[in-house]
Amino acid sequence: MSEKKVKVKAPAYIRHQRITAIWFLLPNIVGFVILNVYPLFRAGVLSFTNWDGFNKNDFVGFSNYVKLFQDSTFLISLGNTLLYTVATVPLAVFFGILMALLMNVKFRSIKIFRTIYFLPQVTSMIAIGLVWSLILANNGPVNQFLMWLGVHNPPKWISSTQWALVSVEIVSVWRSMGYNAIILLAGLQGVNTELYEAAKLDGANSWQRFIHITLPGISPTIFFVLVTQMISSCKVFDIIMAMTQGGPGRATNVLAYFVYQKSFTEYKFGYACSAAFILFGIIMLFTLIQFIGQKKWVNY
Amino acid sequence: MNLKRTIGKIIILILLILIAVIMLFPFVWMVLGSFKPKDELFAVPMKLLPTRWMTSNYSKVFEDIPFAKFYLNTAKIAILSTAGQVVTCCLAAYAFSKLHFPGRDILFMVYLGTMMIPYQVIMIPQYELMRSAGLLNSHTALILMHCFSPFGVFLLRQFMVSIPDSLLEAARIDGAGDLRILTQIMIPLSKSSLATLIILKFLDSWNDYTAPLIFLNEKEKFTIQIGIRSFQQEFGVEYTLILAATTMSIIPVILLYVALQRYFIEGIAASGVKG
Repeated sequence: MSEKKVKVKAPAYIRHQRITAIWFLLPNIVGFVILNVYPLFRAGVLSFTNWDGFNKNDFVGFSNYVKLFQDSTFLISLGNTLLYTVATVPLAVFFGILMALLMNVKFRSIKIFRTIYFLPQVTSMIAIGLVWSLILANNGPVNQFLMWLGVHNPPKWISSTQWALVSVEIVSVWRSMGYNAIILLAGLQGVNTELYEAAKLDGANSWQRFIHITLPGISPTIFFVLVTQMISSCKVFDIIMAMTQGGPGRATNVLAYFVYQKSFTEYKFGYACSAAFILFGIIMLFTLIQFIGQKKWVNY
Repeated sequence: MNLKRTIGKIIILILLILIAVIMLFPFVWMVLGSFKPKDELFAVPMKLLPTRWMTSNYSKVFEDIPFAKFYLNTAKIAILSTAGQVVTCCLAAYAFSKLHFPGRDILFMVYLGTMMIPYQVIMIPQYELMRSAGLLNSHTALILMHCFSPFGVFLLRQFMVSIPDSLLEAARIDGAGDLRILTQIMIPLSKSSLATLIILKFLDSWNDYTAPLIFLNEKEKFTIQIGIRSFQQEFGVEYTLILAATTMSIIPVILLYVALQRYFIEGIAASGVKG
């Protein structure tokens, strides 16, 4: 129904609807503004101060931001966050697509696989991190399996600076690929089957059908999965706490962990806020790039 | 041709089972490990089953930490914040889908955009707010923070948009107000997405780690997640006990999931495809 038409017919009714809308939105919006929007602006202000949570609260201009880029721990955690994101996003989405394709075959028992693949997603990151840090222990099942395969010097995983970040990446890909697969499977099932029939008649083989029908068909879903996976990878925190606490050394120190450390263990709240804003900036930048890039490959 | 197809199907089935093993292995290893004697967990060569089933691992966890209390605390926070969220989200979703007011869709987009804000940005001012409200180290702070979310509004709104306006018009002609239309027509029709919202939010709050970590500092008030994490810090080398505590922490969630998985999976899938 077009709003203009109604306006002419029943202005009182429209006005009434507007007032109702305000009342209906009020609880959620007010709560949200107080607990999310105000804090966002407040954090912006704090990032220009040296607030320590108690007394000090002076305006320091951009010096927090300048200091961050001279702080080696910050630079390491920035690098680790980027490495982690660049490693986990493509892998978690790639395996997600593979698993979705496998599940798209008609089996009666397919629901069991769906249930199993989604299981890690309902389990808390902390529980998963705790269990995996033991699975990856020196004599843990993974290394015993590797030795059985003939690897004499299996990696020390989370206790080695070289492998710690890789370990966390493996666990997080393991956790999120099933979730991505479920979303992608729903996308696959929405692809118009008539297109496949038509392509078959035209003599397209299964690889051609995959490239020219399936992939474009699920491209909006792939895009959605890429964006959400990217955002959650940038924010990684729980699993770091459960598996490595940023260590060994600073090998798995990521931005979210850096912010937590600076604020709630060192009480440099102002400084922590500026680091958090850089994290926010990175997420916005990546999202923006993906939204611009999607025009080239996503078919709606 | 038929043979080729059967072989293809068998290969796919084998791959599916292989992936399922990879997904399930950590859970199986955790449960079995939680029953093992201390020195058996990392025995070489590895044994899958415990030689003696140490149920005492579990009773020890209950002796060492107030685990039952953690359950209660977590359940309380999860139930109350989910309830709060259902109320605020139903109202807002109805306004965003069925009421007409200027700027509605722009406001909705802005609202959705805020989902990008990482928690690390707002956690410090939230802490400041809660401190000045005297709510530090309280469950109220955590419940309040979980009550208002753009995600819940989004999920319900996407469903409510698809309910035909004619149903509402009929009720309006009969003299029903918006609140009655919402509670007697919209909510009964949106049952499945409401169920999804309830489950996802309950899960979110059950699994939340960062906020309880910041806001709670008394063990008596801990939730399950910070409970098992602090258990790990205290009993770092008692690996079998850690596994027992972890197993207990995820049992309620897994039961809930298995019982209601339809809502989990279909809700998630729908939010992705429509979004």
